[in-house]
Amino acid sequence: MRSLLIALALLLSFSHPLLAGVEVKEFDSPQQEQRYKKLVDELRCLVCQNQNLADSNASLAIDLRNQVYKMINEGQSDKEIMDFMVTRYGDFVLYRPPFKTSTFFLWVGPFIIFIIGFFVLIRFIRQRKNVVSTLTDNDKEKLKQLLDEDKEQTK
Amino acid sequence: MNRALIPLLAFIVLVVFLAIGLTKDPRKLPSPFIGKAAPTFNLPLLHQPDKTFSPEYMQGKAWILNVWASWCVSCRAEHQVLNDLVQNNKVNLIGLNYKDEVVDARRWLSQLGDPYQLSISDIEGLTGIDWGVYGVPETFVIDKKGIVRLKHTGPVTRKDIKEKIIPLLKQLEKES
Repeated sequence: MRSLLIALALLLSFSHPLLAGVEVKEFDSPQQEQRYKKLVDELRCLVCQNQNLADSNASLAIDLRNQVYKMINEGQSDKEIMDFMVTRYGDFVLYRPPFKTSTFFLWVGPFIIFIIGFFVLIRFIRQRKNVVSTLTDNDKEKLKQLLDEDKEQTK
Repeated sequence: MNRALIPLLAFIVLVVFLAIGLTKDPRKLPSPFIGKAAPTFNLPLLHQPDKTFSPEYMQGKAWILNVWASWCVSCRAEHQVLNDLVQNNKVNLIGLNYKDEVVDARRWLSQLGDPYQLSISDIEGLTGIDWGVYGVPETFVIDKKGIVRLKHTGPVTRKDIKEKIIPLLKQLEKES
């Protein structure tokens, strides 16, 4: 049992995402380090498509991390680095793709669906109200009787 | 219409969209290079490292750049297709040996045959980055003016050669 626990603990420690992308990088300033972290977080690894550069151990991701590091040290701006990646790999490399006609539904779609859902919900609620208000006096009387009977029984 | 059918219809629409999504290969990304000038480089030849090759040398010719590596499993599958391509057609095929060891790469070509007019070594993979390479093998077709006209990610099949690459090369030959 104990060895199993140890094995499990070891396994968990190896699967920690911080372990990916472990190369030590030294920066001249904390700001540069922050920029580096932000950039490799926002750029997608194209080999393992659901990981960003920071998390991936693919050799291309390592190369691209080095590329970002190099460009930061050369004093290039975040925009220049992003543009460098986009001209080579396309918008797909960005986890937050720009807003344009081809990405219109990607950005606006969720809001459209939300609005549709909202109106469907309102209609639904209104219809339920109507159901209640269509009770005739006769119905109401019956309902009261039934409820009273119910009360009697539960006493 | 029966109102109970609405959720069912919504479900069917959803299933259709998801089914279409399943047939698409997420690895096939649109290349931002199509219609743009091929990125330039100057790299040593695999067999004669003292000489270099640059895409400018191919000005006036339509040519194919095939990115390969000896460690790449699907390149092996593709290799015979390329051997046949150069045997049966007159094409300019240049190999870009990507992030490979020179010794391994040379051995690979001597064992499996060398379809390339010449291969260039990109040991660091920096030219690969310039060309937006993310999944070897990759194949580019470049026209006489040095514009990238087609990019194929993953191994080229005989079907791709017959239906995409050969017709495109024929068309490019006619262009001035």
